[in-house]
Amino acid sequence: MFWIGLLTALGLVFAAPHLVGNEFYLRTGYTVLQFVVLATAWNLLGGYAGYVNFGAAAFFAVGAYTTVFLYKLFPLFQVPVWMIFLMVPAAGLVAGLLGLITGLLTLRLRGVYFSIATLALAVVMHTVVTNWRFIGGATGVSILPPREVPLAFMFHSYVEFLFVMMGCITVAALLLARYVERSWIGRGLAAIRDDEDAAECMGVPTLRLKLFAATLSGCLFGVAGAPLPYQVGYIEPMSAFSLVYAVNALAMPMIGGTATWLGPLLGALLLGSAQEAARVTISSELNLLITGALLIVFVVVAPQGLIGLLRRLRGTP
Amino acid sequence: MLNLELFCNALTIGVLLGGVYCALAIGLSVSFGLLDVVNIAHPAFIVLGAYAASLMGQWFSCDPILAGVLMTPFFFLVGRALYQIYYLSFERRGAEALRGMAFFFGLMFIIEVGLIMSFGVDYRVAEASYIGVSYQVGWLGIPLRLLLPFLVSLAMAALLLLFLGRTFTGRAIRAVAQDRMALMLMGADPVRIKQIAFGLSLGSCAVAGSLLLIIIPVEPSVGRVYIGQVFAIVVLAGLGSVSGTLVAGLLLGVAESLVAKFYGPSWAPAVSFGILLAVLGFRPAGLFGR
Amino acid sequence: MKARRSRLGSAARAAVLVALVLVAPAYAAEQTPIRIGFGMALTGGLAAAGKSALIAMQIWAEDTNAAGGLLGRPVELVYYDDQSNPAVVPGIYAKLLDIDRVDFIVSGYGTNQIAPALPLAIQRNRIFLALFGIANNEDYGYDRYFQIVPAGPRPREGISKGYFELARAQGLKTVAIISADAEYSQHSAEGGRKNAAENGMRVVYDKSYPLTTADFSPIVRAINAVAPDFVFVSSYPVDSSGLVRALNEVGPAATIKMFGGGMVGLQYSSIAESLGPKLNGLVNYDWYVPEKSVMTPAIEAFLAKYRDRAKDAGVDPLGRYLPPWAYAYLELLGQAIARTGSLDDAVLAAYLHENPTMTAVGEIRFGPKGEWEQARSLMVQYKGFTKDNVLEALDTPGARQVIYPDSLATGSWLPYVQGKQSGG
Repeated sequence: MFWIGLLTALGLVFAAPHLVGNEFYLRTGYTVLQFVVLATAWNLLGGYAGYVNFGAAAFFAVGAYTTVFLYKLFPLFQVPVWMIFLMVPAAGLVAGLLGLITGLLTLRLRGVYFSIATLALAVVMHTVVTNWRFIGGATGVSILPPREVPLAFMFHSYVEFLFVMMGCITVAALLLARYVERSWIGRGLAAIRDDEDAAECMGVPTLRLKLFAATLSGCLFGVAGAPLPYQVGYIEPMSAFSLVYAVNALAMPMIGGTATWLGPLLGALLLGSAQEAARVTISSELNLLITGALLIVFVVVAPQGLIGLLRRLRGTP
Repeated sequence: MLNLELFCNALTIGVLLGGVYCALAIGLSVSFGLLDVVNIAHPAFIVLGAYAASLMGQWFSCDPILAGVLMTPFFFLVGRALYQIYYLSFERRGAEALRGMAFFFGLMFIIEVGLIMSFGVDYRVAEASYIGVSYQVGWLGIPLRLLLPFLVSLAMAALLLLFLGRTFTGRAIRAVAQDRMALMLMGADPVRIKQIAFGLSLGSCAVAGSLLLIIIPVEPSVGRVYIGQVFAIVVLAGLGSVSGTLVAGLLLGVAESLVAKFYGPSWAPAVSFGILLAVLGFRPAGLFGR
Repeated sequence: MKARRSRLGSAARAAVLVALVLVAPAYAAEQTPIRIGFGMALTGGLAAAGKSALIAMQIWAEDTNAAGGLLGRPVELVYYDDQSNPAVVPGIYAKLLDIDRVDFIVSGYGTNQIAPALPLAIQRNRIFLALFGIANNEDYGYDRYFQIVPAGPRPREGISKGYFELARAQGLKTVAIISADAEYSQHSAEGGRKNAAENGMRVVYDKSYPLTTADFSPIVRAINAVAPDFVFVSSYPVDSSGLVRALNEVGPAATIKMFGGGMVGLQYSSIAESLGPKLNGLVNYDWYVPEKSVMTPAIEAFLAKYRDRAKDAGVDPLGRYLPPWAYAYLELLGQAIARTGSLDDAVLAAYLHENPTMTAVGEIRFGPKGEWEQARSLMVQYKGFTKDNVLEALDTPGARQVIYPDSLATGSWLPYVQGKQSGG
């Protein structure tokens, strides 16, 4: 059942550019898919293990800036077409490393210290990037995607290519999340979430599991951020490190449901689409207000998220 | 190139700023340090306090510090009510800190957007006779704009510590953090005690907000900048140590000031958080934590 | 779930389009408005400026329609809030171009909001008018880009060119450069460094500070310690205010003859009001001030309309800084359309490159990269501000005297300390 769904989703991702044919929808779709990856990445540590990451923006921006760094290595307009395939894994690597280091520093302690450390990390990375002229510093970097489109036989424009790439990343992320959830890793993380001390006593290698989750989470954040410079065409620290990413990365899984890999997907699709729609219709501060209000409502009224609500309605415990 | 005069000035400014940072963080020290409520929205409430002070100044030509003090009872009541909601929704159900944090995160956004929708994004500045005046003491130039908030912060910290140490309710607040059962056996209702504590925490935001308004121009999203700093101070002080907040605030203020002066202001924020990360890495209990 | 939703959406939209196509011929061609689309910062950090720009643009649309529209057709503005966030800009412009199918796109406010839209404009070969962007087109060299602010062909240096020339005229040799860690300031500081080098000056201090800096007295002291001849500041509104206060608290070193240069925000009434007499003596850039040499009746007439609407909108009530330019950049488009009688991007771009165009802010000639051929950045010196007369002073000649360029000067340069004493 799941595999049918997966293949259908993958097929739709590739077919979408031809079905939709409209750059605006492809861009919107990219953004929503990006949030799915962010939400899934956050949930690996937040939902499965119970460690809240407030600094999602740091990892996400690090991924984006890895791309910028590699872009800047080449003279203007001469970045090879295939570089993007290198940039994404590189971003994942760097962000994953960052996750590992943060984990090493703070995961031995109570969860709340990890959360505060992620907040601090976001500020530190922001300062580092702002002061680093090579990758643009405070003025930001303008990125013009290469004129040729990679795999040009499949895609007419760079926007199409980026959309499909993000779609593939999303599917991969969901697969990973599902695998982690169902494997012994996921069970270990759940044990940590429920009662870390008890898990320790029972021999669960808590530190190693937490480090693994933190690294994987960071890696996925970075991968989500890697294509952003090409998508937007301009990167600067203020918006790359925006708190909006951190809030959404937290709100989407919480609204969707943190227990399984479906929750972040659902939360991101709904909240992400709503935000994109609000942006071009209501078009005001209400966007943020809605996110905050929904977060509070769900957290108070439906702590298990939408998935939890659905389960209750269906009668399964 | 160690210029003694520059150094002393940077040190002085750092100390004064640090005192004000302490005022910003002391409420969090109570709510997070003693009650274990991760109130991410604390800086947002401070900004709310700043706006309240600004409005009072606008409507009644009221001095900001006075305005802050006058608003404290209102904030206290809001704090009590907020804690009640928090308790009913989360603590009673035994939910993890995660949900509580998410709750405050959402609250923070709502406050910020509410402010934007009500007042726009224009900056608000405080008007007072002591702003712009500076005393010269030998080498040192001491701006009143920083000195007065510093003194008020010290006063607030002293009052809070006295309350926590000398009154029954205050001691009960300390107790509820350590041993709930013992407290109940003594006849005090832990929930009511925590309500009061959280109310105090928010009450301090009213004063802290007015102080913030004096030292910088305020606009709705300014709170986000201070989230990390106030948490850094509370953790550096050590959870559970309210008096430690002063020391931690001073340390942070001085570190920022010295780095800004001698290495360049751009690195100041990173250094503060570098300290935090170092503390978490080597001595997580903080300086004075239990 | 996702594909189903978008398919349904597409079907619905297709149905609407078909309906429109069937109904459309019923409308006479003259009635279809010319639609100009853009993103504008209505929320977020740039919102104060963005909202004031929007008001100005709406006034232009109304003025144009009152005069009969363009080529007999009314103009209509289609806009979305870009939330001061560059990441949402491409999506907005994609919608404007592909879904709303506007006739023209213009930019939002500021370099950060222009940069993500420009590649899209280039890709689609659209003419693109920009509002207050610095050096957005430097690397691309796109020939259909036009930027309204008179920074000149080398925008980074253009802002402060006058400041450094004034310094050279006074024989000042050493400069301290201080800037904020943010986009405009860094560009401006870079321009300042080049200007200093070209004028043979030595940079004795060159640091930047994060926007979150609360207290500037340490910075002022550090600058005083190196005893420069003059200080070039590139700051944003909040820090401009902080720096001026710190300067007044700490007092300048005896050697400092000139302070200011690229301080954004001193032109805003709310900040100017809070600083009052502290402004006296500062030399700062401006694009338009109420001095006789620069004032135009067109702008004053516009400002009267603007002020009427700004009252209730929570934006800068005086509107001297950004709004006239927001009005003018739409005027450029309107003029080009009216004179060429065409709606074709190539024709309009060629027209603007080849002909000087008269707008409310004066006559504009464009250089090859879409900047003004000649920089027209004014340097003004603040004199005569008192605690109570700020709003009035900002609005009448005499308080912000133009001291550069010579052709437009209405006052003479005073060393900072003397200028400071010129107030009441």
